[in-house]
Amino acid sequence: MSTIALQLDRVTIRFGGLTALSEVSLEIGDNELVGLIGPNGAGKTTVFNLVTGVYQPTEGTIRFRGEPLADLKPHQITQRGIARTFQNIRLFPSMSVFDNVRTAILLHRTHGLARALWRGRLFTQEETEVEAEAIKLLDIFNLTRFRAEPATSLPYGDQRRLEIVRALATQPKLLLLDEPAAGMNPTEKAELSKLIRRIKDEFQIAVLLVEHDMQVVMGICERIVVLDYGVKIAEGAPGQVRCNPKVIEAYLGDEHVAC
Amino acid sequence: MGAGAKRYLLLAIAAAAVAAYFSAHFNRYYLGIATDVGINIILAVSLNLINGHTGQFSLGHGGFMAVGAYVAASVTWAMSSALGSPFTGEVVFAIALLIGGLVAAVAGLGVGVPTLRLRGDYLAIVTLGFGEIIRVVLQTTDTLSRNFGDTGFARALENMGGASGMKGIASLTNIGWAFGLAAVTVYVIATVVNSTYGRGFIAVHDDEVAASAMGVNPTRYKVIAFVIGAFFAGIAGGLYAHHKSFLSPGGFDFMKSIDIVVMVILGGMGRTAGVIIAAVVLTLLPEFLRTFADYRMIIYSLLIILLMLLRPQGLFTFGKAPVGKA
Repeated sequence: MSTIALQLDRVTIRFGGLTALSEVSLEIGDNELVGLIGPNGAGKTTVFNLVTGVYQPTEGTIRFRGEPLADLKPHQITQRGIARTFQNIRLFPSMSVFDNVRTAILLHRTHGLARALWRGRLFTQEETEVEAEAIKLLDIFNLTRFRAEPATSLPYGDQRRLEIVRALATQPKLLLLDEPAAGMNPTEKAELSKLIRRIKDEFQIAVLLVEHDMQVVMGICERIVVLDYGVKIAEGAPGQVRCNPKVIEAYLGDEHVAC
Repeated sequence: MGAGAKRYLLLAIAAAAVAAYFSAHFNRYYLGIATDVGINIILAVSLNLINGHTGQFSLGHGGFMAVGAYVAASVTWAMSSALGSPFTGEVVFAIALLIGGLVAAVAGLGVGVPTLRLRGDYLAIVTLGFGEIIRVVLQTTDTLSRNFGDTGFARALENMGGASGMKGIASLTNIGWAFGLAAVTVYVIATVVNSTYGRGFIAVHDDEVAASAMGVNPTRYKVIAFVIGAFFAGIAGGLYAHHKSFLSPGGFDFMKSIDIVVMVILGGMGRTAGVIIAAVVLTLLPEFLRTFADYRMIIYSLLIILLMLLRPQGLFTFGKAPVGKA
């Protein structure tokens, strides 16, 4: 592991009397693929919401590439290089596939109101570049053929993949994937696993993956962190985590034991 | 819409200028209605940016229009009384409209920044309150003017006439101004929305959480929508003032805002072409229904209820889902 992309230092968050996360510490290297697993309600999505600025931690600090993320708004955190997908798909329903990706590219294009109004040469040039960039990303995911379709008319699995494309279009250094394989069939899951690895290698980014499908998680993650009731109960390589008695008791169950 | 859009804008302005040049040959009654149509297109298309594209339900458009109307009328009044009657020409009018629009835009900023944390019904109520404040203040301008002694500002306030209305505004608006500026409004809003930059408005409309996760600053886009929308409402107000030559605060009550909202809903939220057609139809309809004028609001309410039941996507929407073009 070279440098650290994301670091959570004893992060606690309470909602009234409920402690959703309790002193969770976690580090992700800048080109590492880490899995975050645990039973329902363990606090996995809460981790995502903390990292992306939707919630602020009650205690503890979150650092991204050395800088604390406290008090930043979600869009500012995205500007610093963290992008996410959502557990319940949140594509822009009134936009086409292409426009969904274009919206995310907007972040890295400085052109504003004046240029859009004047419609000069610079504007045309920039819009052409944006289009090329969007198509390049859509091509990787084989979604270019749907470019003019309304985003929500896509098959479920493709919508999930489009969300990943959209997140990548913000040019992140860290990608947070919230259950990307949910609702996919085995073939799609296998393809998705390959794709996530490919994204990590090709774009040289860190990935934090929340997923319930153990084949996907065990197959691609370099390291796995296990949460239960807001507490980190285990951490390590897939092989170690799988044989950890605490993890088996809390989450995996006996039938997964293959140690 | 590509870079050729600028050509259409120039063409439309030229056509409006030609129409204005030959307007002496037309029936004055029809010309007046045509000018109303132009003004309503500006109002509806600019409100569509806020309510339709950006999805922020505002009921304050009548208020922004009132600001623009009174400010523009005061500017032409002040300039003609300071410089003499020959200075009520086109240049003075253009300056007055611009100032009216800018002051309305500032009002838009003033309303936008503190209220944009509110969503849906709450935002609608606050913007409605803003419109009513404007109207009430305008009703008391004659009393207010006494607080400022014998200054130019006091005279300008007195000239607004309070509840009895502002009279004797120079009649400067013609069909050319109305349609020329309607073309500018359509151009500005359509070009801004149909660009990569403009996808931010739609993103905020669709899903604020997802928009901010994509690096779009929702507050910024909402404020920009309010400022641009208010600016054009102010311009429309200035045109209206110099069209009717008379302004009364009662003309800018919340029913005025509702009228504009109805045009946007009827045209299909976020569809510029549909909203333009709705503005035309709803301006002409009352003229045909003059004999039933008292029932206009009943017909309106009925129309909206029927519309929500039968065509929730708007009456004049073409094609299928509202997918933005590249």
